[in-house]
Amino acid sequence: MSVRAGMAAALRVPSRASSLRFRWFVVEAGWWVLSVGIVIGIWEITAALGLINTIILPPPHKFVAEIRDQSQFLMPQPGVTAIPLHFAVFTAIGASLRRVLIGLLLGSLAAVLTGSLAFYLWLFRNLTFPTITMLAPIAPAAWIPLAILAFGMGDGAAIFVVFVGIYFTLTLATLNSMNNVDQVYVNTARVLGASRRQIMWHVIFPAILPNLFVVLRMNFFAAWMGVLAAEMVGVRTGLGAVVVMGRQMMNMNLTFLGMAIIGLVGYLLDVGLGVLQKRVLWWRSAARV
Amino acid sequence: MGEIVCTNVTKVWGVGTTREVAALENVSFSVRHGEFVVVIGPSGCGKSTLLMLLSGLEMPTGGTITYDGKPITGPDADRSLIFQQPSLFPWRSTIDNVAFGLQLRGVPRKERRQQAEKFLRQVGLREFANKHPHELSGGMQQRAAIARALCLGADVLLMDEPFAALDVQTRFHMQSFLLDIWLGSGKTVVFVTHHIDEAAYLADRVVIFTARPGRLLDSVDIDMPRPRNVISPDFERYRALFVERLRSEVTRAFQEQELAEMLDTRIK
Repeated sequence: MSVRAGMAAALRVPSRASSLRFRWFVVEAGWWVLSVGIVIGIWEITAALGLINTIILPPPHKFVAEIRDQSQFLMPQPGVTAIPLHFAVFTAIGASLRRVLIGLLLGSLAAVLTGSLAFYLWLFRNLTFPTITMLAPIAPAAWIPLAILAFGMGDGAAIFVVFVGIYFTLTLATLNSMNNVDQVYVNTARVLGASRRQIMWHVIFPAILPNLFVVLRMNFFAAWMGVLAAEMVGVRTGLGAVVVMGRQMMNMNLTFLGMAIIGLVGYLLDVGLGVLQKRVLWWRSAARV
Repeated sequence: MGEIVCTNVTKVWGVGTTREVAALENVSFSVRHGEFVVVIGPSGCGKSTLLMLLSGLEMPTGGTITYDGKPITGPDADRSLIFQQPSLFPWRSTIDNVAFGLQLRGVPRKERRQQAEKFLRQVGLREFANKHPHELSGGMQQRAAIARALCLGADVLLMDEPFAALDVQTRFHMQSFLLDIWLGSGKTVVFVTHHIDEAAYLADRVVIFTARPGRLLDSVDIDMPRPRNVISPDFERYRALFVERLRSEVTRAFQEQELAEMLDTRIK
C-alpha cells in the first residue's frame, strides 16, 4: 500500500512541477502586462485630457491603429508600390535583422580566430593586443562615418558596424577565457596523450564556450543599437531608417511604430539568444557552474 | 612493466623569479612493478609535485626519473594521473569521458564506446553511461576518472589525494573499490594522501616525506595480510608509527608557516 502511495507521489511530482512553472509564468506575465499597461494608461489619459501634444507624442492606440496607413514606409525601399502590409513590415525588420545576424556571425568567427591565434603565438599576441585593447572601448556608433565612407550606403556599412561592435570585445574575452581554462582539464587531456591541437579542439573550445556566450549576449544590444544608428544616418533602409523618416515627415505615428517594433524585436532576439545559450550550454546551466 | 626510479630529484618552482619555492630536494626512491606505494607527508611537502614529475607533466630541475629504464620526457598514457578535483569534462557524457583517450588515438566511435562500457561496468557505472558529470556523485566521478585511466591500459596509476574530497563512508568504500581493481591486475600505484589510516589500509609500502622542501624521511613496508582490519592491534601499531614520524614534521611545518605569515603581515 505504502509502495503504491509512494509511486503515485513520484508520478505526481512532474505534473505538479509543471503546474507550478505555469503558475509562475502567469504571474510573471501579469506583472509585464501591468507594467506596460501603466505607462500606456498614463500616456492615453494625458493625451485624452489634452495635456500633451499628440502630434509629437501620439498615444499608442493611434500609432498602432494606423499601422495599415504606414505600411508604405515600412518597406525596405521607400516609394516602391504598395505590397501587403505584413510583408512590408517584415522586410524592414528583415533588413535590420539580416545585418545584425551576419555581423554577429562574422564578428564572432573572426574574434575566436584572432583570440586563438593570440593564445598560441606570443609574438602575434604582443603585436596585436595593445591595439585591440585600445580599439575595444570605441562605441560601435562611432565607427559609422568610417563605415559609410568605406562601404557606401548599404548592407556593407551596417554589417561592419555590428562587426566592430562585437569583434574587439569578444577577441579580448576569447584570450582571457582561454588563459583561465581550469588547468586540471588541460592536464587531464595531456596525461591521456592529447596533442596541442587536440587540447585546443576538445578542451579549450568547449570550456570557453559558456563565457563567450555571456559576452556575446552582453554585446548584442550594442550591436543592435549600432545597426539602427547606421540605418538612421546613412543606410536608408531598415527599422532605423523608418524612425528617422517619421521625424523628417513630421509623422510621429510612424516614428513610434518603428520604436515599438525595435524594442519588441530587440527583446525577442535577446530571448532567442538566451534559449540558444541554454540549449548549447545545457550542461553548464544544469551544473550551475 | 611499470618500474619507476627517482635519483636525486629536485624541483624548484618559479626558477629565476622572486618567488622561487623548493618543492622537492634530493629525493631518491623507486617503485617496483605492481607495487602499491602510498606517499604521506605534511601539507605542502611536495607530494603533488612528485606526481606531476612522475606523470611527465613537469620536468625536475635536478636529478633523473626513469620509467622502465628510460628517462621520462613527457606525459604518457601508460602513466595516468588522477586528480583530487573533479576532472571529468562537464560537456561530455560519462561514457564519452571514459572513451576520450581512445578518441584521441583515433579509435572509431562504436569501438571506443564498447571499450569504455566494459570499464564502466568494472567500476559499477554502466547505468550512468549517458549521464553527465554533474549528475554523478563525487565518488562516482572519481570512479569514472579511474575507468578513463584504465580504458587506455595505464600500467601505472598516479593518484593525487583522489578521495580527499569525499565523505568518510564514500572514502572507505572507494578504498576497497580501488584495492579490488588493483589486486591481481599487476598495475603499479603511487597514491598520495595526508590521511594516515588511508595509507596503512592501502599500501604495500608507505613513503614519508618531510615538510617543505620535501625530502625522503622514511620508507615503511606494511606487513599485514589483506583485507586489512582497521581496528586490529597491528593496524594500530602502524598508525602510531606514522603519527610519531609525522608529528615533528607537521609541527615544524606549522611553525614555519606561522612565522612566514607573521612576517608577511609585518611587511604589509
